[in-house]
Amino acid sequence: MMAAFILAFSLLTLLMFFVSYCRSLTASSLHTSISEDVRDVTGIQARAVGRDYARVMQILHLCPDRPEDRSRLQIVGAYFSFLNLLDQGFAKIFPTVREWAEEERAGCAHFAAVALGRRIALNREMLAEQVEL
Amino acid sequence: MPSGIALAIWILGTAAGVCFVVCSLIRGSFLRYFFLNLYVILYMCADLIREAVLRFYALDSPQYMYAYYYTDCLLTIALFVAVISLASHVFAELNLTRYVRLVAVFLLLGTAGFTYAVVAQSTDLLATRFALELSQNLYFVGLVLTYLLWGAVLKLHETRTRLVQMILSLGLYFSAYAGSYALVNVAPKYETVHYIGPILGCFLPISWALTIMRHSEEARLTPARLVAVPR
Repeated sequence: MMAAFILAFSLLTLLMFFVSYCRSLTASSLHTSISEDVRDVTGIQARAVGRDYARVMQILHLCPDRPEDRSRLQIVGAYFSFLNLLDQGFAKIFPTVREWAEEERAGCAHFAAVALGRRIALNREMLAEQVEL
Repeated sequence: MPSGIALAIWILGTAAGVCFVVCSLIRGSFLRYFFLNLYVILYMCADLIREAVLRFYALDSPQYMYAYYYTDCLLTIALFVAVISLASHVFAELNLTRYVRLVAVFLLLGTAGFTYAVVAQSTDLLATRFALELSQNLYFVGLVLTYLLWGAVLKLHETRTRLVQMILSLGLYFSAYAGSYALVNVAPKYETVHYIGPILGCFLPISWALTIMRHSEEARLTPARLVAVPR
């Protein structure tokens, strides 16, 4: 009984720290605006929304990999899947969950779009170096 | 645990630990986060000591038992000090570092005294029981302190990205570890649950190393974004 209570409590706190950790990751990209290149490629207008995430990730996988971004993108990807699950599971019972999840998914999409911008810039640099050679 | 999987987890943990210490040295953060580095170094040393003892004595021998519980106790004290050092960073701007240290010493001595009072009644294997109980009690105190520290981070609108992510990693680690302990008690017959603890041991140095590598000391983030449910 006690073990089950500790398990439930630790899962709740784990969830809280996981959400905060992911928010701290997505928050690090909030000060960076989405580049024109990314807007052109993805069709993102004023600001990214949740449904942009899948499209941005598809294009992101086509660009050369940046090892610095890899693990962060994986964690944010896991967070995005978690938000989808939350939306599907609880949105009917608690409508505010849907609004919150959508806001968070938009943050994930913005994070991915900023990462895409960095990859496009890297791609350009590599191309320029090859031309020089 | 099959030795192959145990070895793979040990290599991963050691590699992550070395990576964190090297990154700290390269980025000039070794002294700033000295107690975090100390914990990781001790973690690797404890693994080496246990392996060395295991080469000469059996897994169920009293020698290995002493080595295991005393290194575990030492690691828990080091982790407790690491939590306190992070709290000192958070409260440094309020000039409360001295009080944080006083509270830490009081908590450490209090926990040790309480543990001794509980264990002193049993006469068999007093030394190992004291190490085991102290380790468990300090672990619980560290867990509670991490939650309080996270509350302080939100209340004080802490913006230092490195500090915030290190505390969050610690919170994730403590929560997951407590959960894995409980899971082992709830479902001991499933062998996979026994892997969770050692795997989680690798998580902390990996996440700290990533934080040190990615963010400079000057990196800042928006405090409002940290609250799980915005108010």
